[in-house]
Amino acid sequence: MSGGKGAKMAGGRGTRLFIVPMAMVAVLFVAIPLCYVLVISFMTRGDNSTIQAIFTAENYRRLLDPNYARVFLNSMLLALWTTLLALLLGYPFGYCMARANRRWRALLMLLVIVPFWTNALVRLYGWKILLQANGPVNAVLQALGLIDQPLRMVGSYGSVLLAMVYCLIPFMILPCHSAVDKMDWSCVEAARDLGAKPWYAFLTVTLPLTLPGISAGCVLVFVPSLGLFFVSDLMGGSLMLVGNLIRDQLLKSRDWPFGAALSVLLMAVTVLIFGLYRRSGGKDLGVF
Amino acid sequence: MEEVILSLKGIEKSFGEGDVLACIDLDVRKGEFVTLLGSSGCGKTTTLRIIAGLETPDAGRVVLNGQDVTDLSPERRNVNTVFQNYALFPHMNVEKNVAYGLRVRGVSKEETRERVAQMLRLVQMEGFAKRMPSQLSGGQRQRIAIARALCCNPALLLLDEPLGALDLQLRRQMQVELKRLQEKLGITFIYITHDQEEALGMSDRIAVMRNGRFEQIGTPQDIFERPATRYVAQFIGQSTLLDAQVESAVDGMATLVCPDGQMRVSLARGELRPGEEATVCVRNERMRASASPVEGFTLAGTVNLNRYAAGALMTHVTLPSGLDVAAVAAGGLEDAPAVGSRAYLYWDPAQASVVGGASHVRG
Repeated sequence: MSGGKGAKMAGGRGTRLFIVPMAMVAVLFVAIPLCYVLVISFMTRGDNSTIQAIFTAENYRRLLDPNYARVFLNSMLLALWTTLLALLLGYPFGYCMARANRRWRALLMLLVIVPFWTNALVRLYGWKILLQANGPVNAVLQALGLIDQPLRMVGSYGSVLLAMVYCLIPFMILPCHSAVDKMDWSCVEAARDLGAKPWYAFLTVTLPLTLPGISAGCVLVFVPSLGLFFVSDLMGGSLMLVGNLIRDQLLKSRDWPFGAALSVLLMAVTVLIFGLYRRSGGKDLGVF
Repeated sequence: MEEVILSLKGIEKSFGEGDVLACIDLDVRKGEFVTLLGSSGCGKTTTLRIIAGLETPDAGRVVLNGQDVTDLSPERRNVNTVFQNYALFPHMNVEKNVAYGLRVRGVSKEETRERVAQMLRLVQMEGFAKRMPSQLSGGQRQRIAIARALCCNPALLLLDEPLGALDLQLRRQMQVELKRLQEKLGITFIYITHDQEEALGMSDRIAVMRNGRFEQIGTPQDIFERPATRYVAQFIGQSTLLDAQVESAVDGMATLVCPDGQMRVSLARGELRPGEEATVCVRNERMRASASPVEGFTLAGTVNLNRYAAGALMTHVTLPSGLDVAAVAAGGLEDAPAVGSRAYLYWDPAQASVVGGASHVRG
C-alpha cells in the first residue's frame, strides 16, 4: 500500500505521499461530481428531461426570478431562526454539561448522542405523532384545561422550526460544551474576585472566551439547515425551501440543469459563510 | 496590639470523603506578611480560597475587618487574589486586565487611566499597557497579575504560589520585589508557598500546614530555631532528631540520654523535667563533629563521608544505632576527622531545640 510506503519515508515528502489515497477519494467522490453539477448547470434542458450539451446561462438568469429569490429568503430566514434557537438552547446546555460533575456530564453527553443512533426520519415521525391533533401534547394540554380544541401544530412554521432545531442542536451543543470546558475557569474566578457579579463575569469573561465555540456552532447549524429540506416536508409545512426546490427540479420537473444551477448557488452561499467564518478567525471545523 | 484584619475561626472543609481542613484558626494583623507553608495537598490553597470566598467552609467563620464575611460571595469582599496561573484575561490587553476591577466598580475613565498607569509603574511595567497577555513572559504576567489585584486597593492580598512558575533566578528577584512592595504599600499579604526558603525570607509570620491543620505558627526565626513538632523540624531546613530521656535538669542545663549516648540542651529552649521523654532537634549547620570528645556529650560514631558544602566541610557520622548524622567538621577543612575514624558529635546547648511529639501550636 502506498500509505505504508509513505510512512517509512522521512519528513514532508512522506507525509505528502500519505495524502495521495485520500486526495484520490476526494477527487473521485467530491470534486468530479461537483464539477459535473457545475457543467450541467450551464447546459440546456432537452425534450423528455434529457440534458443537451448546449451552453447557456439561462438557468442562472432564471434564478433572478423573485419567486426563487423568495425561496432563498425563506431558507435563509428559517436557517437563521434555527441557528438562533439552537444557540439559545444549546449554549446553556453545553455550559451546564461542561460545569457539571463527571457523572452528570456523562449522562448529558449520552442524551445528546443517543438520538444519532436512530434515523432522523424515524425521529421526526415521532415528533409528528407527538404534535398531531390527537397526539399526546394536545391531550395533555386539553386535560389541563389550557385549550378547548386541539392545536393544529403539525404543518405550522413553528413545528418545522422545532424539528429543525431538534435535528441540528447537537452541532451547537458540542462545540459550545467544548469551548466552556477548555476555558480556564480561574479567569471567571479572577473576575469574581475583582468584584464582578456572576452575570457581569459571564458577559465580560466567559462569553468572549467561548465565542470561538459559539461561532463554530452557529456555522455548523446554519449551513446544514439551509439544505435540510425533508424536515419541512415531513412536518407538513407547505414551506418552499431551497432544498425542496432543488429536489423538485431534479426529481419532479426533471429539469436537471436548473436544479444544478440552484445547487451551485446554494454551495456558493455555503462557501461564502465558511469563508467569512475562517476569515474572522474561526477554527477548522474538522474537529469540535 | 495591632489591629487584627482577618480572623479564621474554626474553619473546616471537606471534599467528598477526606477532610481537607480541620479546625483552622488564624489571626492576621494589619500590614502583616503571613505565609501558609506546606507541601501540596496540605490544604493551604483551600484555606486561601475560603478567605477569597471562592469556597464555602463546612464550619467556622471568616471575619474580615470585624465583619463576618463567611457567607459573602467573592465580589463582595475587599480581598483580591493573585492566582497561581495568574488567570489574566487572555482576550484583554494589559491595561484592560489591570482596569477590570475599576471597570466593575464604574470608576470614571480618567481616574481609571491614572490608576492603571500608577499600578503599571509600581510593578515596573510601564509601556506594556497595550500588550496582550500572550505577548508577555512569565515574569511579566506575574507583575500584571499583581498590578490587577492591587488596583482596587484591597484590604488583603492573597497570593497563591505566585512565583511557582518562574525560574530560580527570577523567583529570587521577585521575592525581594514582592517583599519591598508589601512594605511600601502596607497591604496585608497572605502568601502561599511550598518553598520553605521563600517563606523564611519573606514572611513576618509563617503558618506551617500539614493535613489540613496548622503545625506551628510563628516568626521565621521561631519556626527555624524552635520547631514545635517533628514535622516542622523536618520540613524546614535539614536537621537531626534524637529521641532521648531527660536525666537531669539543673542550672539551666538539661542532660539527656539516648541509646547512642549523652547530650545537653539549654533549658531556655524548652521546659524539661527529669525522667521525661523528649525529642532533641539540631540543625545540620549547628551540629559539630570533632575528633576528640567534648564535655557533656558522648555521642560517638564512625565517619562515613566527608563532603564540601558551601564554605564548610560536612562530615557524615554513623551512630551505633545506625542513624546517619550530618555535621560540620569542628576542626575546619584541614583537621576534619578522616573517613573511617571515630568522631564525637556535639553542639552549643543553646542552639538545640526540643520538639513535642504531638502537634502543638504556638501563635
